[in-house]
Amino acid sequence: MKRLRLNLVIGGTLMGAVLALAVLALAWTPYDPVRTNLRRRLRPPSAEYWLGTDEFGRDVASRLMAGAVTSLGVAAATVLVALAIGIAIGLASGFLRGWVDRVLGAVNDTLLAFPGILLALGLLAVIGPSRSGIVLALGLAYAPTVARVVRGSVLSIREREFVEASRALGNSEGYTLLRHVLPHTAAPVIVLATSLFGWVILSESALSFLGLGVPPPAATWGNMLASARPFMAEAPLLSIAPGALIAMCLLGVNLLGDALRDLLDPRDGA
Amino acid sequence: MSLLEVAGLRIAAGARDIVRDLSFSVAEGETLALVGESGSGKSATARAVIGLLPPGLRHAGGRIALAGQDLSALPPATLRALRGPGMGMVFQEPMTSLNPAQRIGAQMAEGLALHTTLDAAARKRACIAMLERVGITDPERRLLAYPHEFSGGMRQRIMLASVMLLRPRLLIADEPTTALDTLTQAEVLALMKELAREQGSSILLITHDLGLVSRHADRALVMQSGQAVEEGPAAPLLAAPRHAYTRALVAALPRRGPARVIPPAPPLIEARSLSVAYPGRGGWFRRAAPMPAVQSVSLSIHPGEVVALVGGSGSGKTTLGRAMLRLLPASGGSLLFGGQDVTARSGPALLDFRLACQIVFQDPYSSLDPRMRVRDIVAEPLRLPAGMAPADRLARAEAMLAEVGLAGLGDRFPHALSGGQRQRVAIARALVRNPAFVVADEAVSALDATVRQQVIALLRDQQRKRGFACLFVTHDLGVVEEIADRVVVMQHGRIVEEGPRDQVLDAPAHDYTRALLAASVRLQG
Repeated sequence: MKRLRLNLVIGGTLMGAVLALAVLALAWTPYDPVRTNLRRRLRPPSAEYWLGTDEFGRDVASRLMAGAVTSLGVAAATVLVALAIGIAIGLASGFLRGWVDRVLGAVNDTLLAFPGILLALGLLAVIGPSRSGIVLALGLAYAPTVARVVRGSVLSIREREFVEASRALGNSEGYTLLRHVLPHTAAPVIVLATSLFGWVILSESALSFLGLGVPPPAATWGNMLASARPFMAEAPLLSIAPGALIAMCLLGVNLLGDALRDLLDPRDGA
Repeated sequence: MSLLEVAGLRIAAGARDIVRDLSFSVAEGETLALVGESGSGKSATARAVIGLLPPGLRHAGGRIALAGQDLSALPPATLRALRGPGMGMVFQEPMTSLNPAQRIGAQMAEGLALHTTLDAAARKRACIAMLERVGITDPERRLLAYPHEFSGGMRQRIMLASVMLLRPRLLIADEPTTALDTLTQAEVLALMKELAREQGSSILLITHDLGLVSRHADRALVMQSGQAVEEGPAAPLLAAPRHAYTRALVAALPRRGPARVIPPAPPLIEARSLSVAYPGRGGWFRRAAPMPAVQSVSLSIHPGEVVALVGGSGSGKTTLGRAMLRLLPASGGSLLFGGQDVTARSGPALLDFRLACQIVFQDPYSSLDPRMRVRDIVAEPLRLPAGMAPADRLARAEAMLAEVGLAGLGDRFPHALSGGQRQRVAIARALVRNPAFVVADEAVSALDATVRQQVIALLRDQQRKRGFACLFVTHDLGVVEEIADRVVVMQHGRIVEEGPRDQVLDAPAHDYTRALLAASVRLQG
């Protein structure tokens, strides 16, 4: 119980701070995050530019705030897409079994054989780099992992007698699936979703690094990190600032996920 | 002199004592039964004796001496050397106490390698001789088999063989036959007693089953919430219990109820040459041969009648029970409900049948959705047929809960209830829609004796009151005696005997029925 509170407090504080930053950025940033000023390149932090400026003279603090909106938005949307596709596939193949499971399983295993980022690259090459393209590509790339996890827990839950009891009551298969099977997949899915959130933020930065991320000049934490690399020696803060925010955000999401999983478990909630 | 001497034993879980001030002794060659229900501390006591308390439990005080040697004073290495030749332990669940990844031979020889100076060939000979002794056919070849290739009873024999190989002076048997069916149970216990007599070992038998105590123990010690309440020679103790708790335990033993006359009526539900087969494990392109579980069984159940379906594990009784509820598809024959063929119905056409039939499962831990509150579990059946307002459903569920003795517990989740309470919830869920036919699948087998008695009484009272027909699937003939009007005996997927209760129990016609009756230990009182 004590650990749960601590998870909730720390995770909540970190995510709250990051979210507040993003919400604030929608209304106000110190400077225009995309306006370049080549006479003020790579300035150190000062009263004027709190975190200095980047290689194009853009204000780092403003870009971090604007980046929070993009990065969090892309990550959240991607995770939702991956969950939606993955849960649907996982439920179908775990609950229906038979040839549905065989076919979906074979496709799923084939997709799982590719590293997620490679799959996303391939998909992006077809869709073309754009915000929605990235969400769709990464979402599809990570859906097989979700499907695997969901299928596994459905397979074990469907053998429990309360599922048979639900059938004996005359409940339809759909109702049984949604009322008695789906809720039990929540714990592993929440844990997976929070780590997915982290992977997606990192994958997005890797894609940006390859020029396939959210197209410039829009700021994301990933592309800020990527473009700061050549200036690591002269302006270390350029990489440290977005790096620290990514780390903070991942820690927050993971702690919050753990707390949520514990809260949803009736054994702890009662 | 006594072999095992326990004095003032105290076992603590955190700040709470789960065993207090327990003293007893076991003489050479004697069998002492520790009797009690779940939570009485009997298993913890056995674990403390062999020095294997599970994490969280602590040996907090008292003396345990084996042949005059104080075990708590021994260094761990000496104590380890004593386990095996000094004392051996047989666990409840042979499924989990044998390592599934190791061959039987390797597991059996392990103890010999550790505690004797025999070479590999001599160890193998000893294992083969022992396996032969416990009745495993073709022992030499079986040494190379894995645990999953054996049935539960065979596994328990192997477990027993590997423990007795080291000729322990004290054999601790913790509910050794609880997981087995009646027939196997009797065989394994008889074997255990025989081996112990041959080797001169004493037995500390942990059990909740008074029938076993009366048949196999010399002395008995009855435990209740961590304390001894009564001790003495087994037979007189059970015949004339002095302590109130022992009396309650003895009173909880099944007694035969009066025979009822069921008014003649057309059958409510009728299986005609019903067969059920489990599909084999197929792959992408092949279909394996199906495994027949029930073969051409005909059985009819009349309104208001309680029929007991009896048999050992693997007899197909559970499968038949599920098939009669259409929870498993029939592979042949037909199922008639109220004169109408429901064998091939599905979807909405099946709903009438579903509404009229219910099931109570054996394991109330797995048959209740752990994420739902008890009230919602009992209210769920009332969703169908549609038309009842949610508030009415909840009110009806509360009333039903009160009727099964769980008033005011509707807010709880299943995990916050005891096993008996959960089974009451399962019964409430099955009865809330007033079904015409209920299958009770080993519905009381997982419960303690006194709780079992209460749940049987509840089921019987509800049956009298509501008048549903009931198929009671069980391996426990005691329950049959208590509740059944008619008995059906199954073996190898077929019905071998069928008749009124008193006739089948008193004058069994089939050999298998006679064997079942002989194996089921009952107190003669």
